[in-house]
Amino acid sequence: MKNKFNLFIIITFISFCFVIFYKGLNNSNTYAPKINGEKNIPTFEAKGFKSNTYYSAKKIFEEDIFYIVNIWASWCVPCKIEHPLLMKLSKDQSVKLIGINYRDNLNNAKNFINEFGNPYSQILIDPDGTLSIEFGAYGVPETFIINKNKKIIRKFIGPINKKIVEEIKLIIK
Amino acid sequence: MKILKVCIVLIFCMGFNHLESGEKSNELKNKILKNIRCLICQGQSVYDSESDFASSIKLIVDKKINEGMQEELIYEFLREKYGDWIIYNPEFTKNTFILWLLPLLLFLTGGAIIYKKILKKNEK
Repeated sequence: MKNKFNLFIIITFISFCFVIFYKGLNNSNTYAPKINGEKNIPTFEAKGFKSNTYYSAKKIFEEDIFYIVNIWASWCVPCKIEHPLLMKLSKDQSVKLIGINYRDNLNNAKNFINEFGNPYSQILIDPDGTLSIEFGAYGVPETFIINKNKKIIRKFIGPINKKIVEEIKLIIK
Repeated sequence: MKILKVCIVLIFCMGFNHLESGEKSNELKNKILKNIRCLICQGQSVYDSESDFASSIKLIVDKKINEGMQEELIYEFLREKYGDWIIYNPEFTKNTFILWLLPLLLFLTGGAIIYKKILKKNEK
Protein backbone atom coordinates (compact mmCIF):
# COMPACT_ATOMS: atom_id res chain seq x y z
CA MET A 1 0.00 0.00 0.00
CA LYS A 2 2.80 2.37 1.03
CA ASN A 3 4.80 1.51 -2.10
CA LYS A 4 1.79 2.20 -4.27
CA PHE A 5 1.30 5.56 -2.60
CA ASN A 6 4.97 6.48 -3.14
CA LEU A 7 4.73 5.43 -6.79
CA PHE A 8 1.62 7.59 -7.20
CA ILE A 9 3.42 10.60 -5.68
CA ILE A 10 6.45 10.11 -7.96
CA ILE A 11 4.33 9.72 -11.11
CA THR A 12 2.26 12.80 -10.21
CA PHE A 13 5.43 14.83 -9.59
CA ILE A 14 7.04 13.70 -12.89
CA SER A 15 3.82 14.42 -14.81
CA PHE A 16 3.62 17.86 -13.21
CA CYS A 17 7.22 18.65 -14.21
CA PHE A 18 6.61 17.32 -17.74
CA VAL A 19 3.56 19.55 -18.24
CA ILE A 20 5.41 22.63 -16.93
CA PHE A 21 8.45 22.06 -19.18
CA TYR A 22 6.32 21.12 -22.20
CA LYS A 23 4.33 24.33 -21.82
CA GLY A 24 7.59 26.24 -21.40
CA LEU A 25 8.88 24.87 -24.71
CA ASN A 26 5.97 26.41 -26.56
CA ASN A 27 6.41 29.84 -24.98
CA SER A 28 8.35 32.54 -26.75
CA ASN A 29 11.71 33.24 -25.14
CA THR A 30 11.54 36.95 -25.91
CA TYR A 31 9.98 38.90 -23.10
CA ALA A 32 7.64 41.75 -23.91
CA PRO A 33 5.57 43.30 -21.15
CA LYS A 34 1.94 43.85 -21.90
CA ILE A 35 0.82 47.44 -21.83
CA ASN A 36 -1.89 47.30 -19.21
CA GLY A 37 -4.15 50.17 -20.05
CA GLU A 38 -2.88 53.52 -21.15
CA LYS A 39 0.46 54.97 -20.16
CA ASN A 40 1.46 58.60 -20.00
CA ILE A 41 3.95 59.90 -22.49
CA PRO A 42 7.24 60.75 -20.77
CA THR A 43 8.24 64.34 -20.18
CA PHE A 44 11.40 65.09 -22.10
CA GLU A 45 13.39 67.63 -24.02
CA ALA A 46 15.20 66.35 -27.06
CA LYS A 47 17.32 67.84 -29.80
CA GLY A 48 15.88 68.03 -33.29
CA PHE A 49 17.45 66.12 -36.18
CA LYS A 50 17.79 68.99 -38.61
CA SER A 51 18.48 71.88 -36.26
CA ASN A 52 20.03 72.37 -32.86
CA THR A 53 16.65 73.32 -31.40
CA TYR A 54 15.37 71.42 -28.37
CA TYR A 55 11.76 70.26 -28.41
CA SER A 56 9.66 69.37 -25.39
CA ALA A 57 7.14 66.52 -25.30
CA LYS A 58 4.39 69.10 -24.91
CA LYS A 59 5.48 70.89 -28.09
CA ILE A 60 5.87 67.67 -30.08
CA PHE A 61 2.49 66.21 -29.14
CA GLU A 62 0.53 69.48 -29.11
CA GLU A 63 -2.09 68.61 -31.74
CA ASP A 64 -5.32 66.79 -30.99
CA ILE A 65 -4.52 63.81 -33.24
CA PHE A 66 -2.97 60.33 -33.06
CA TYR A 67 0.81 60.11 -33.08
CA ILE A 68 3.05 57.23 -34.04
CA VAL A 69 6.47 57.27 -32.43
CA ASN A 70 9.00 55.17 -34.30
CA ILE A 71 12.47 54.44 -32.96
CA TRP A 72 14.95 53.82 -35.75
CA ALA A 73 18.62 53.92 -36.72
CA SER A 74 20.49 53.87 -40.01
CA TRP A 75 22.54 50.83 -38.85
CA CYS A 76 19.42 48.82 -38.13
CA VAL A 77 18.53 46.43 -40.96
CA PRO A 78 14.89 45.76 -39.85
CA CYS A 79 14.36 49.55 -39.92
CA LYS A 80 15.06 49.49 -43.66
CA ILE A 81 12.50 46.71 -44.07
CA GLU A 82 9.73 48.61 -42.27
CA HIS A 83 10.55 51.98 -43.85
CA PRO A 84 8.30 51.64 -46.95
CA LEU A 85 5.36 50.86 -44.63
CA LEU A 86 6.10 53.96 -42.57
CA MET A 87 6.18 55.99 -45.81
CA LYS A 88 2.71 54.66 -46.62
CA LEU A 89 1.44 55.44 -43.11
CA SER A 90 2.78 58.99 -43.33
CA LYS A 91 0.35 59.71 -46.15
CA ASP A 92 -2.55 59.36 -43.70
CA GLN A 93 -3.53 62.89 -42.63
CA SER A 94 -5.09 61.77 -39.34
CA VAL A 95 -1.78 60.71 -37.84
CA LYS A 96 1.65 62.22 -37.38
CA LEU A 97 4.83 60.19 -37.29
CA ILE A 98 7.57 61.17 -34.87
CA GLY A 99 10.95 59.54 -35.39
CA ILE A 100 13.51 58.95 -32.66
CA ASN A 101 16.95 58.39 -34.09
CA TYR A 102 18.58 55.88 -31.73
CA ARG A 103 22.34 55.84 -31.02
CA ASP A 104 23.25 56.78 -34.56
CA ASN A 105 25.83 58.66 -36.54
CA LEU A 106 24.01 61.81 -37.64
CA ASN A 107 25.49 61.83 -41.16
CA ASN A 108 24.53 58.19 -41.71
CA ALA A 109 21.04 58.94 -40.44
CA LYS A 110 20.71 61.89 -42.83
CA ASN A 111 21.89 59.71 -45.73
CA PHE A 112 19.31 57.06 -44.72
CA ILE A 113 16.50 59.63 -44.82
CA ASN A 114 17.73 61.09 -48.13
CA GLU A 115 17.90 57.64 -49.69
CA PHE A 116 14.69 56.06 -48.42
CA GLY A 117 12.50 59.15 -47.84
CA ASN A 118 11.28 60.93 -44.73
CA PRO A 119 7.98 59.66 -43.28
CA TYR A 120 8.38 61.69 -40.07
CA SER A 121 6.91 65.09 -39.35
CA GLN A 122 9.58 65.52 -36.70
CA ILE A 123 12.75 63.60 -35.90
CA LEU A 124 14.42 63.76 -32.51
CA ILE A 125 17.91 62.50 -31.84
CA ASP A 126 18.67 60.12 -29.01
CA PRO A 127 22.47 59.74 -29.02
CA ASP A 128 22.70 57.86 -25.70
CA GLY A 129 19.44 55.88 -25.86
CA THR A 130 17.96 57.49 -22.73
CA LEU A 131 15.00 59.03 -24.54
CA SER A 132 14.05 55.59 -25.84
CA ILE A 133 14.32 54.18 -22.30
CA GLU A 134 11.89 56.91 -21.13
CA PHE A 135 9.43 55.49 -23.67
CA GLY A 136 10.11 51.95 -22.42
CA ALA A 137 11.94 50.73 -25.51
CA TYR A 138 14.43 47.86 -25.77
CA GLY A 139 16.17 48.89 -28.97
CA VAL A 140 15.35 49.43 -32.60
CA PRO A 141 12.95 49.34 -34.35
CA GLU A 142 10.07 49.96 -32.01
CA THR A 143 6.77 51.72 -32.60
CA PHE A 144 4.36 53.33 -30.16
CA ILE A 145 0.86 54.64 -30.77
CA ILE A 146 -0.20 57.71 -28.83
CA ASN A 147 -3.87 58.61 -28.76
CA LYS A 148 -5.59 62.00 -28.70
CA ASN A 149 -5.44 62.05 -24.88
CA LYS A 150 -1.65 61.87 -25.10
CA LYS A 151 -1.48 58.31 -23.77
CA ILE A 152 0.62 55.45 -25.13
CA ILE A 153 -1.95 52.85 -26.04
CA ARG A 154 0.06 50.33 -28.06
CA LYS A 155 3.64 49.23 -28.49
CA PHE A 156 5.13 47.14 -31.29
CA ILE A 157 8.55 45.61 -30.71
CA GLY A 158 10.50 44.88 -33.88
CA PRO A 159 9.73 45.94 -37.44
CA ILE A 160 6.12 46.63 -38.34
CA ASN A 161 4.55 44.52 -41.08
CA LYS A 162 1.40 44.77 -43.21
CA LYS A 163 -0.71 43.14 -40.50
CA ILE A 164 0.47 45.67 -37.92
CA VAL A 165 -0.16 48.53 -40.35
CA GLU A 166 -3.76 47.33 -40.72
CA GLU A 167 -4.05 47.20 -36.92
CA ILE A 168 -2.65 50.73 -36.64
CA LYS A 169 -5.11 51.97 -39.27
CA LEU A 170 -7.99 50.43 -37.31
CA ILE A 171 -6.81 52.11 -34.09
CA ILE A 172 -6.40 55.58 -35.59
CA LYS A 173 -9.73 55.47 -37.48
CA MET B 1 48.09 83.26 8.35
CA LYS B 2 45.80 81.46 10.78
CA ILE B 3 42.76 82.28 8.66
CA LEU B 4 44.57 80.90 5.60
CA LYS B 5 45.30 77.63 7.45
CA VAL B 6 41.67 77.31 8.56
CA CYS B 7 40.54 77.95 4.98
CA ILE B 8 42.90 75.25 3.64
CA VAL B 9 41.61 72.74 6.23
CA LEU B 10 38.00 73.60 5.37
CA ILE B 11 38.64 73.21 1.64
CA PHE B 12 40.24 69.80 2.30
CA CYS B 13 37.28 68.71 4.43
CA MET B 14 34.80 69.82 1.77
CA GLY B 15 36.80 67.98 -0.87
CA PHE B 16 36.77 64.73 1.11
CA ASN B 17 33.10 65.18 1.93
CA HIS B 18 32.37 65.47 -1.78
CA LEU B 19 34.42 62.34 -2.47
CA GLU B 20 32.52 60.44 0.21
CA SER B 21 29.10 61.43 -1.19
CA GLY B 22 30.34 60.50 -4.67
CA GLU B 23 31.37 57.08 -3.37
CA LYS B 24 28.00 56.61 -1.67
CA SER B 25 26.06 57.46 -4.84
CA ASN B 26 28.35 55.11 -6.78
CA GLU B 27 27.63 52.32 -4.30
CA LEU B 28 23.90 52.96 -4.61
CA LYS B 29 24.15 53.03 -8.40
CA ASN B 30 25.99 49.69 -8.47
CA LYS B 31 23.50 48.16 -6.03
CA ILE B 32 20.58 49.23 -8.23
CA LEU B 33 22.28 48.13 -11.47
CA LYS B 34 23.02 44.68 -10.01
CA ASN B 35 19.34 44.29 -9.19
CA ILE B 36 18.17 45.18 -12.72
CA ARG B 37 17.88 42.50 -15.38
CA CYS B 38 19.29 43.25 -18.83
CA LEU B 39 16.18 42.42 -20.84
CA ILE B 40 17.98 41.79 -24.11
CA CYS B 41 20.82 39.70 -22.66
CA GLN B 42 21.02 36.06 -21.62
CA GLY B 43 21.01 35.93 -17.82
CA GLN B 44 22.98 39.10 -17.21
CA SER B 45 22.30 42.06 -14.98
CA VAL B 46 22.54 45.59 -16.34
CA TYR B 47 25.68 45.98 -14.19
CA ASP B 48 27.41 43.09 -16.00
CA SER B 49 26.22 43.90 -19.50
CA GLU B 50 27.81 46.18 -22.09
CA SER B 51 24.82 46.15 -24.45
CA ASP B 52 23.24 49.37 -25.76
CA PHE B 53 20.17 48.74 -23.64
CA ALA B 54 22.24 48.26 -20.48
CA SER B 55 24.40 51.32 -21.08
CA SER B 56 21.28 53.47 -21.61
CA ILE B 57 19.78 52.11 -18.38
CA LYS B 58 23.06 52.89 -16.57
CA LEU B 59 22.85 56.50 -17.77
CA ILE B 60 19.19 56.78 -16.75
CA VAL B 61 19.88 55.37 -13.26
CA ASP B 62 22.82 57.74 -12.85
CA LYS B 63 20.62 60.67 -13.93
CA LYS B 64 17.82 59.70 -11.54
CA ILE B 65 20.26 59.34 -8.59
CA ASN B 66 21.73 62.77 -9.35
CA GLU B 67 18.20 64.20 -9.45
CA GLY B 68 17.80 62.87 -5.90
CA MET B 69 15.38 60.06 -6.71
CA GLN B 70 15.14 57.34 -4.04
CA GLU B 71 16.12 53.72 -4.78
CA GLU B 72 12.53 52.44 -4.54
CA LEU B 73 11.28 55.17 -6.89
CA ILE B 74 13.92 54.23 -9.46
CA TYR B 75 12.72 50.60 -9.35
CA GLU B 76 9.15 51.84 -9.63
CA PHE B 77 10.07 53.95 -12.66
CA LEU B 78 11.67 50.95 -14.39
CA ARG B 79 8.83 48.63 -13.39
CA GLU B 80 6.33 51.01 -14.94
CA LYS B 81 8.27 51.02 -18.22
CA TYR B 82 9.26 47.34 -18.44
CA GLY B 83 7.16 45.39 -15.97
CA ASP B 84 8.16 43.37 -12.87
CA TRP B 85 10.55 41.17 -14.86
CA ILE B 86 13.21 43.91 -15.00
CA ILE B 87 13.81 43.69 -11.24
CA TYR B 88 15.70 40.61 -9.98
CA ASN B 89 14.13 40.87 -6.54
CA PRO B 90 10.37 40.69 -7.15
CA GLU B 91 7.96 42.36 -4.75
CA PHE B 92 5.51 40.31 -2.68
CA THR B 93 2.31 40.71 -4.71
CA LYS B 94 -0.66 38.52 -5.62
CA ASN B 95 1.26 37.42 -8.73
CA THR B 96 4.47 36.52 -6.90
CA PHE B 97 3.28 35.13 -3.55
CA ILE B 98 3.80 31.50 -4.68
CA LEU B 99 7.38 32.35 -5.59
CA TRP B 100 8.01 33.65 -2.07
CA LEU B 101 5.98 31.09 -0.10
CA LEU B 102 6.83 27.88 -1.97
CA PRO B 103 10.45 27.57 -0.73
CA LEU B 104 9.26 28.20 2.84
CA LEU B 105 6.49 25.64 2.43
CA LEU B 106 8.91 23.07 0.97
CA PHE B 107 11.38 23.73 3.79
CA LEU B 108 8.69 23.24 6.44
CA THR B 109 7.35 20.08 4.77
CA GLY B 110 10.86 18.65 4.46
CA GLY B 111 11.59 19.57 8.06
CA ALA B 112 8.38 17.89 9.24
CA ILE B 113 9.20 14.68 7.31
CA ILE B 114 12.73 14.55 8.75
CA TYR B 115 11.41 15.27 12.27
CA LYS B 116 8.82 12.49 11.95
CA LYS B 117 11.46 10.02 10.74
CA ILE B 118 13.78 10.89 13.61
CA LEU B 119 10.92 10.44 16.10
CA LYS B 120 10.10 7.02 14.59
CA LYS B 121 13.77 5.96 14.77
CA ASN B 122 13.99 7.01 18.41
CA GLU B 123 10.81 5.06 19.23
CA LYS B 124 12.35 1.90 17.81
